[in-house]
Amino acid sequence: MSTMWTTRLRKATVEKFEPQDVLPDEQPSYVASFIYVFGVLTLAALFIIIGSGLWLTTKGAIWWHSSSVGHFVNSVHLWSVELFFVFMVVHLWGKFWMAAWRGKRLMTWVTGAIAFLASVATGFTGYLIQWDFDSQWIATQAKDGLNSVGIGSFFNTLNTGQAILLHVSLLPLVVGLIVIWHVILVRKNGVVPPLDANEIAGGTQ
Amino acid sequence: MVLEAISLSGPAKFFNWGFISISIPNLIMIGLIVVLFVLALVIPFPTHDSSEHTPSSERK
Repeated sequence: MSTMWTTRLRKATVEKFEPQDVLPDEQPSYVASFIYVFGVLTLAALFIIIGSGLWLTTKGAIWWHSSSVGHFVNSVHLWSVELFFVFMVVHLWGKFWMAAWRGKRLMTWVTGAIAFLASVATGFTGYLIQWDFDSQWIATQAKDGLNSVGIGSFFNTLNTGQAILLHVSLLPLVVGLIVIWHVILVRKNGVVPPLDANEIAGGTQ
Repeated sequence: MVLEAISLSGPAKFFNWGFISISIPNLIMIGLIVVLFVLALVIPFPTHDSSEHTPSSERK
């Protein structure tokens, strides 16, 4: 085994992927179902969220509350989040009922679950930094909730500075990296076949 | 009634059933997701003629 870390890293990463697996132009026939499109719909919504979020970040709260373009971008950000969660929940249910962790896909399932939880945290901090009465109400209610489980001192929802930094830096980074890892695993291991396809093939996944 | 339930100009109405208390907007979203899930399972996926495209694995 090579002692060079560049060689080891290359063998552990890029050499494990065939170009046709990374950017395929064919899929198994069972993928021709609408239940298989919700993963990529979630991804598309995430791109819109990140794009509109970057725009909001450069302009600030006065802009998104007072200008018509700001209202529009703020609404695009909110509704892309709503669609992101709708698509993600349908994707989650679909994968749960086809036991998508089969065939050495456990880490694909686990990274998806972590991405879901990190997205909930990111969405929550987003509601905290709307800069309106709604965010104040949510912050005070959540403060009671987090205090009751003993973590109110670590995550203080009344601290707007902490909430906005979590929302625009740390949590998007976590969601982004986990989603990239998730997609790489899907490409590496392939799309999970439905349960009856497995039975027809006569094997076990 | 329906228009009143989805009005965005005031506090949300709540659905209460025993210990369950959920806002109508949240209930609508959950119902929408369930409907979308069922539709995704039952609506046939449009397919195209596979002879129009030769996958890279079959090309010489």
